[in-house]
Parts: sequence; structure tokens; C-alpha cells
Amino acid sequence: MPGIRIDKNHCKGCELCTQVCPQKIISMSKDITVRGYYYAQVHDPSRCIGCKLCAIMCPDVAIEVHSHGTVFELVDY
Amino acid sequence: MARILMKGNEAIAEAAIRAGAEGYFCYPITPQSEVAEYLAKRMPEVGGVFLQGESEVAVGNMLFGAASTGKRVFTTSSSPGISLMQEAISYIAGAHLPVVFVNIMRAGPGLGGILPAQSDYFQSVKGGGHGDYRLLVLAPSTVQEAVDLMMLAFDLADKYLNPVMVIGDGLIGQMMEAVEFPDSDPKQNRVNLEERKWAATGAKGRDPVIIKSLFLDPLELEENSLLMDKKYEQMKKEEVRYELYKVSAKNELLVVSYGTVARICQTVIDELESEGVSVGLFRPITLFPFPEKEIYREAKKKNIKTVLTVEMSTGQMVEDVERAIIGAKPVKFFGRTGGIVPNPEEIQGKVLELIGSMKKRSTSSRKRK
Amino acid sequence: MAMTQSNTAIFSRPESMQSTVTHYCPGCTHGVIHRLVAEAIDEIGARDRTVGVAPVGCSVLAYNYFNCDFLEAAHGRAPAFATGFKRLRPDMIVFTYQGDGDLASIGMGEIVHAANRGEKFTTIFVNNAVYGMTGGQMAPTTLPGQVTSTCPVGRNANEVGYPIRMAELLSTLVTPGYIERVAVHTPKHIINARKAIRRAFQYQAENRCYSMIEVLSTCPTNWGKTPEEAVKWLDKEMAAYYPIKCFKDSVREGNK
Repeated sequence: MPGIRIDKNHCKGCELCTQVCPQKIISMSKDITVRGYYYAQVHDPSRCIGCKLCAIMCPDVAIEVHSHGTVFELVDY
Repeated sequence: MARILMKGNEAIAEAAIRAGAEGYFCYPITPQSEVAEYLAKRMPEVGGVFLQGESEVAVGNMLFGAASTGKRVFTTSSSPGISLMQEAISYIAGAHLPVVFVNIMRAGPGLGGILPAQSDYFQSVKGGGHGDYRLLVLAPSTVQEAVDLMMLAFDLADKYLNPVMVIGDGLIGQMMEAVEFPDSDPKQNRVNLEERKWAATGAKGRDPVIIKSLFLDPLELEENSLLMDKKYEQMKKEEVRYELYKVSAKNELLVVSYGTVARICQTVIDELESEGVSVGLFRPITLFPFPEKEIYREAKKKNIKTVLTVEMSTGQMVEDVERAIIGAKPVKFFGRTGGIVPNPEEIQGKVLELIGSMKKRSTSSRKRK
Repeated sequence: MAMTQSNTAIFSRPESMQSTVTHYCPGCTHGVIHRLVAEAIDEIGARDRTVGVAPVGCSVLAYNYFNCDFLEAAHGRAPAFATGFKRLRPDMIVFTYQGDGDLASIGMGEIVHAANRGEKFTTIFVNNAVYGMTGGQMAPTTLPGQVTSTCPVGRNANEVGYPIRMAELLSTLVTPGYIERVAVHTPKHIINARKAIRRAFQYQAENRCYSMIEVLSTCPTNWGKTPEEAVKWLDKEMAAYYPIKCFKDSVREGNK
């Protein structure tokens, strides 16, 4: 079951990942980080399909994508 | 090795090869294009890099990049071209990189002329680029000395990790004289990159090397400038070079002159000596570090009444001579510029005029007593 | 669609990229381009023999973000700088990373001649239509009508001419082997950009030719847009003026 981990300290709250997620499961936090940014977080991890689009789009390499078990290479990245 | 008759420009080129230079980047400009023509053939022979850039601005920055490899690199140009390299020189000094620049000076300003001059003294000695930096400046007066100073320049550049400039006037470049080279094989003097810890040789088994001159934190930038300043203080202690010619207690007047003009002054001194007039010559070889203490020591001697600076310019080194002598003796200036090389007669005329006026004043002062 | 069994990271920070948080503004796609370059360096296995040349501009601090030797050239002079370096160390991988003010304005002479000599390094040219670091002034790539701090009523082509299409300009030269324009404002474009950047570094690793990748990139802060609006503006306006395509690939066309 694939999943992503967002590094709060690298995220600058640009929200680009929330736009590109096909499952629309990434949204912005209510609290801010020490740098003063709202950060992205997954509000429904179970629906993540591990497509990596959020990580591909992230300008700050704040997102790491993991997979447990079968991985469908949806994108040649 | 046998003495061979060689044009200054070509001798300078060969000297750099013998010093282990592995990269030469250039742009054609009279009166030193022969250096490039010589190296276009010679550099490939020794497996070095020869490249003609699209402008001196590009060439200066090619040197900046090439020096970052840790290898010995140099360029030669002439006054207007050296002006275009000032930005790169400032960066190279700020990044602590060894590069040798050669300026075969021609008359300026602007497009000026193509005949010899010494009107780039300020630009090279006081720094033509931005920021606190200095160049170690060497001034040869013969083709043989140009060869010796070129080889020295590479060693000094490495010793201080600072750009070094050899400045000769157009005469040095165009003259043919007998020269002798050390018979060292060019590859013998090439650097061993393992020893160049500061160079960008690839982050294999070490942290990345960053070569830069940007320090946004003012404390870091000041520290960088103070590090450079320490080098210049060390140069002042260890690298001052000059030559005295017929300096003795009999001298009535001291001439200060460098480069080929100093040789003309030697002719004047010889002729005056045969007419019973004793004049000495102080010839700085390093223009930075300037031989201040030594000039002061000579000028202060009782027998010296006046100091005459002779240059192919409207007077630039004379300011440093005045600064060195701090008023102990009057400092006079004689110069021709525009590409005109002063002839012995006019220098001799100036010397006699100065010595004559000194005698009249001392006799008239005796009358008043 | 391939299937693999794994329970490890299938997407993570490339080794050639440091983990420091960049100074780039939120949503600025410089970060994406840095990652693509770092991935390319990793894939050709050259991190420990690569040297990057930073320009003067927003990416002047690139040396803090890469994990390889890095040098900082004077404004616009990176191509000359890289020429000097590569000529003396042809065995090392050298790339210049330049913005549009750096490359297409003050450095135009250097880039055209380095490309025309066919210097065997790679140029990553980031085109975001403004001078970023200095606060959003007009650049040679600013679009007609685009408002910047030095063309406050919009670029007037009759006064200052039309923006320069660098990829097209350099592809008219005979010598350069590989010139492509890509963009990084959507995952689809990023994936293609990654292939192009990877190919450029591959060609250098095989010592084939000079390669330049022009990357259309966003500048939310100086465009006065949110990251999302910036991406849309790039797609609608910039991509229209700067066609995203490969202009020259003489290696694939078989004559390099």
C-alpha cells in the first residue's frame, strides 16, 4: 500500500502538490512551521496510489514516496 | 642551454611553457599578438591547451575557470585588453586563485596607440578592478629578465594564491635579444593536482569544494579581505626586488625608473659619468610590493640633492616615489608618453638642468649669508 | 506499466542534491530543475567528477544545494568559465546553470561563442522571463506586454524589442549538437524535462557535443502571482511564445 511522507521543514506551503494529486488527498495544515509556512499533509493516506506526481511537482523535494508490496509504475520517472 | 636570439613576446611564451603552464587563453591585440601565434603551435606540442576567446572579457573568465582546476594558466594582452580583464582579475583575487597575467603595455587611454608606454602603472599597481585586492606586479627591463620574471611569476602566484602581473612595455615584446632558458622539461614544472587541495578536482571521498568570491555575510567578506591583506603584507616583507646602477656616495642625483626606460637612463648615467657628473639609478623590479624603504634609504643620503623619476607616462610611479621619500628630498619628474620613447639626450638635458639649478641655489644661498 | 515488489522509497532526494532548505521562494521551480540536474548526475554516476558553474542571479547560491564541486562565475561569464575548466579537465562533467538575465543579456557573447566552439559542457538555461534576484526587472526574455519593475506599463516591443528565443537562436549555429526547450510547470512537462536534461548529461558523458536545455520556469514572487496562477500563466503565455520542443539533436540524427 503506497504512501508519501512530507517533510514539514522543507515545505514552503506553495500548494502545487495539492493541485496535481489525482486523488485530491493532499491539503494544507492549519498550523504553521517554524519558518512560518502552512505545510502540506495527506488527509486520506489510504487512497494514495503512489503515482509520485506530488513528489515530481514539489520544488523543494519535501515529499518522499514509499510503497509496500506491489508497485504500479504509473509514470516512467 | 644555448643562448638564442628571440623576440620578447615569443620568449615570454616559451618561458611560461618551461614554467609548466598548461593553459593559455588569449585574444589578439598589438603589440603582443606574437605570443598567441607562437603558442598556437607550441602549446599543442607540449600537450597544453591553447584557446583564442571571443573577447578579453571572456578570456579573463576562461582563466578564472581554468585556474579552478588547479593547473597553471596564464594570458598575455595589452592595455585595452587588460582593461577588459579587470572584472575577472578582481574575482580571481577574491577567490584566491593563482593566475599569471602579462601586460605588454601600449599608449592609452582609449584606443590610444600601439607604441610602447608605461601608462598602466596605476591600473596594475593600485588595482584596476573593484574591491580590496592587489596584484603582485613584476616589471622586466630586458627580454632575459622577462623570461626569468615569467617563471618567477608562476611560483609567486602559487605561493600567494593570488594573480600576478608581469608588465612590460611594447619594447620588451617587440625587441629581439639573446636569451637563455633553464633546460627544464615543461612537464617537470607542472603541478601535481593531488597537492592542490583548494582546486575543484571532483568531490571523490571529500566534501565539495566551492570556489567563489561571494560572501553575503559582511563578517565573512571582511575575513576574506583581511586574509588577502595578510598576503599583501607578506609580499611587502618577502618579495621586494630592485636593482641599483652606479649608486655611490658621489651621486648628486638619484634617478628612479623601471622597465626599458631604466636602460635608457643607464646610457645617460654612463655618458654623464664620462663628463664628471655622478648620477645613480634605482630600478624597481617589483612595482607591488613597491621598494619604499629602499628608495627612502637611498634618497635620504646626504649626497643626493634631488630625485628624478623618468617614465613613459605623464607621471604615475612618481606618486609612489614621493610617498616613499616623504619629503626628505625634492622629487622631480620627466616623461614622454603617447608611444614616444624618451631619448638619452632629453633625459640628460633634464638631469643637467636639475643639477645646474641645484648649484645656482647653493651658490646664491652662500652669497646671502 | 511495470510491477515491482518493494517496500522502500520509490521517490527520494537524489544523492547529488544536498538536504539544505533552499532560499528560493515558495512555488519557484528552480528547485525542481535543481532536482532534475542532480538526478541526471546521479544516473550517469558522475557526482564525484562533476563541477557545476553557478551564475549571478537567484541560483547564485546553487552551490549550497548540490553535492558536487561548484564554482561561481561572474555575471554572464559562466560559459567562458566552463570553457576554461572543461578544456583543462575534459575528463570531468561540467555544467553551467544560468538564468535569463545572466545568459541572454550580459552573457550573450559568452554563450553564443561557447556553443559555437562546441565546448563539451552542458548548459541548463532557466528562463523565467524576469531578473529574479534583483527584484523582477525586465529581462531579454520578458514577454511583450508583461509588466515588470522596469517596464511598469508592460514590455513595449517597439521600444525595447521582442523577447529573445535562445533555443532557436543557438540552434541556427552549426556546431552545437543538442538544444531543447522544456518546461517544469506540470508533472508531465517535468518528466519530459528530466529526459532532456538526462540526455544532455549523457551526451557529455559520451563526450559528444555541446548541449543546452532551456527550461521555462516560474517566478511567482516577481510575477505577482500565486504558485498556482504562475503555473497557469506559464502554460498559457510563456509556452505560447516559447515553443516547447527539441530544436536540434544531431546525436540522434546520427551525425555527431
